[in-house]
Amino acid sequence: MSANSATAVPPYTENDPQVVQELTERFGEHAFTRQATRTGMPVLWVGRDRLIEVLRALRDLPRPYVMLYDLHAMDERLRTHRDGLPAADYTVFYHLLSIERNSDVMIKVALNEADLNLPTATGIWPNANWYEREVWDLYGITFTGHPHLTRMLMPSTWEGHPLRKDYHARATEFDPFSLTAAKQDLEQEALRFKPEDWGMKRQGKNEDYMFLNLGPNHPSAHGAFRIILQLDGEEIVDCVPEIGYHHRGAEKMAERQSWHSYIPYTDRIDYLGGVMNNLPYVLSVEKLAGITVPERVEVIRVMLAEFFRITSHLLFLGTYIQDVGAMTPVFFTFTDRQRAYDVIEGITGFRLHPAWFRIGGVAHDLPRGWEKPVRDFIKWLPKRLNEYQKAAMDNSILRGRTVGVSKYTTAEALEWGVTGAGLRATGLDFDLRKTRPYSGYQNFDFEIPLAANGDAYDRCIVRIEEMRQSLRIIEQCLNNMPEGAYKADHPLTTPPPKDRTLQHIETLITHFLQVSWGPVMPANESFQMIEATKGINSYYLTSDGSTMSYRTRIRTPSFAHLQQIPAVIRGSMVPDLIAYLGSIDFVMADVDR
Amino acid sequence: MSWLTPEVIDILFAVFQAVVILLVAVIAGALLSFVERRVLALWQDRYGPNRVGPFGSLQIAADMIKMFFKEDWIPPFADKKIFTLAPAVAMGTVLASFMVIPVTDTWGVADMNIGILFFFAMAGLTVYAVLFAGWASNNKYSLLGGLRASAQTISYEVFMGLALMGLVAQAGSFNLRDIVEYQAQNLWFIIPQFFGFCTFFIAGVAVTHRHPFDQPEAEQELADGYHVEYSGMKWGMFFVGEYIGIVLISSLLVTLFFGGWHGPFDLLPQIPFIWFALKTGFFIMIFILLRAAIPRPRYDQVMSFSWKFCLPLTLLNLLVTGALVLLNTPAAVN
Repeated sequence: MSANSATAVPPYTENDPQVVQELTERFGEHAFTRQATRTGMPVLWVGRDRLIEVLRALRDLPRPYVMLYDLHAMDERLRTHRDGLPAADYTVFYHLLSIERNSDVMIKVALNEADLNLPTATGIWPNANWYEREVWDLYGITFTGHPHLTRMLMPSTWEGHPLRKDYHARATEFDPFSLTAAKQDLEQEALRFKPEDWGMKRQGKNEDYMFLNLGPNHPSAHGAFRIILQLDGEEIVDCVPEIGYHHRGAEKMAERQSWHSYIPYTDRIDYLGGVMNNLPYVLSVEKLAGITVPERVEVIRVMLAEFFRITSHLLFLGTYIQDVGAMTPVFFTFTDRQRAYDVIEGITGFRLHPAWFRIGGVAHDLPRGWEKPVRDFIKWLPKRLNEYQKAAMDNSILRGRTVGVSKYTTAEALEWGVTGAGLRATGLDFDLRKTRPYSGYQNFDFEIPLAANGDAYDRCIVRIEEMRQSLRIIEQCLNNMPEGAYKADHPLTTPPPKDRTLQHIETLITHFLQVSWGPVMPANESFQMIEATKGINSYYLTSDGSTMSYRTRIRTPSFAHLQQIPAVIRGSMVPDLIAYLGSIDFVMADVDR
Repeated sequence: MSWLTPEVIDILFAVFQAVVILLVAVIAGALLSFVERRVLALWQDRYGPNRVGPFGSLQIAADMIKMFFKEDWIPPFADKKIFTLAPAVAMGTVLASFMVIPVTDTWGVADMNIGILFFFAMAGLTVYAVLFAGWASNNKYSLLGGLRASAQTISYEVFMGLALMGLVAQAGSFNLRDIVEYQAQNLWFIIPQFFGFCTFFIAGVAVTHRHPFDQPEAEQELADGYHVEYSGMKWGMFFVGEYIGIVLISSLLVTLFFGGWHGPFDLLPQIPFIWFALKTGFFIMIFILLRAAIPRPRYDQVMSFSWKFCLPLTLLNLLVTGALVLLNTPAAVN
């Protein structure tokens, strides 16, 4: 697919009937079982024997499904509401995204406990690699033909597959942990990098390669991220990114927290995104519950989400410039962030992790006098952005370091699942706020900044311009904040509206149950993706009609972006890698969850 | 007191001068670590160290106490002898270079005919500090730092020498004192030798491994490069050595291009020390401002800048100066 043909993105098609028709025409009516969900896309179950055929067909259709957006699994053994679904102990799902159709499709495969095995999809989408490794790691499902099926998030010495339902979630359910000297040696040895495991040679024709371990504790690794470089001098011949040092089992925790009490955990997925993380989660839960929120809630949410886009981008900008060696701008961008956080603190009461969105609304109404600090901030930032542009981005040394460095095309970006500014820097106009508006973004007047070259410089320019657009959105929120309630009037709104609790016994009981047990969401599946700070972030929720989620799949942009690193950086020098890492804008919490 | 002959007094005074200059250099270097942090902080919209003593002035004492009492650890995998030698070389060579700098017309350690050459020799040796440290640490990051340092130093020393040759040709001497006197009688060399000044300044930054030529350390890439394994006073010597290097290059710039201890237009000849210190301080500030202001180019860009831009420029400068000097010299009698 050429970049040009993709730039015209049609309006979003929910539950796209066309792809179902195309598939049934090709494979017959009986090849698929359709599952009705609230995910906004057709969900089709297919037999294991036809899986690869179907996936390849979707990849090769006219107007193809170019991106493997997500691939993960679910333990179905304890699920009670499975009416009309094929018998399964485990399910693996493939979430595919087409830019040219602007629609999604999800393919599911049922697996029996005795035979947890699937053919690999790495031959169709290269980014299936890490997803399949993670599925093996967390569920123990093997993929035949996978080039390197090893642990992804857990240490290589780990036993068991943590996301299985029979795997304990609490530390207290395990035997106490002990670390003997022998075990420690074993663990240390397991961390040793063996190039042969990765098909790497220790010597070339005329030279020995040096294997440089960069991270997990390195100033430019942006968190606990390890990448092992195969070097010829300072040229990177190949590299192996290794993640998992920041893994906290957020998806597992979702299965033992109430729908409501999980909200603070989402804040910490992309820890620079604050309430931006709450948004896909609460939107997804609201789809399950069938809640429509008042307009005021939508506008408040958009305003705060854009504030966090700005704070995240400011941190990106400062560290990015620092990564190419200029030490000063980071202090200035942090000063600006402080100002943004002052506003956020004034409204939500917290700074980094407000956890302020609620199912069906937000935690509180806007405080009196909120307009002034917001307006001050909108006035403050643009001139600072111009200064950064002049002092840093127009600097010839910085341009020399980043223009043309770590370049990739739109097609490459899509096949690696790249989203966000990294995708738009290649020239593809794909921003969910425009292409699939949510939370009322269709009512705002703003532009999607694009660039053409897809290099480290463009990724930064796009983000600077995005901050200006975010300011525009915030200004519109400020000038047009609707009156009304800050919570939806719905029985599943949590915490529920309290007005009538002291007059009405039914309301009191409902309130009591919801606050103590948490709300019970109807059994179904729902899904919401948003344009988060670093790319597309989404929550795919499965409810089994209980107070807790049955399965919460969090698809994060940074995971995909890190997987792409070797494909982009081969043949470059070490300083280029540093500039590239800076330009990706990732946080490890967002990668490892 | 028969032994107190004028010769002995001269010797004692010379020794006294040498000791004072040594102490001033070392103390200035150490103080610079504090000054740099405060000044950077000022430019970066923050406070910097301001807790120890009035305005943080005792920070340096606190740092020194910490450094002296820190465990002086040598990694078991390091080559111990060379590992220990490296910081000594780093500090020793820059301190030795101070010998040739004439502070005023009466003050200075050695009045050598080959002053500039002696400085080049010492500057050539400084690279061994980084090389030794990079190699002996037996650490891959250090090794990469050492590699970069040697490549960079070789490229930049080539034109550092050439940058001064025009000036030497004009002054007709390698002796720094003569060069200062020549400037006092004619014009400060900053004007006739402007390109020499530019290239020598660039080379000077590169030789001290200061930003943007801190490739051997390059925190963001090599995580401090060659001295990543050093701690305690050994690290402190690298650290202070770098600052003394700044003082050295600054005072050389003053001596070679800005008339040394003379004031502009022979203003206030009574205060040569103050003129010298003021001018040196100015260049020290430029060093610090450079660090605050610009990003770091890539290592190969640094090299091509050296070979493709600076070297041709110095050669051109030398050619033109040579031609002018020849034109102004009365034709030799055959």
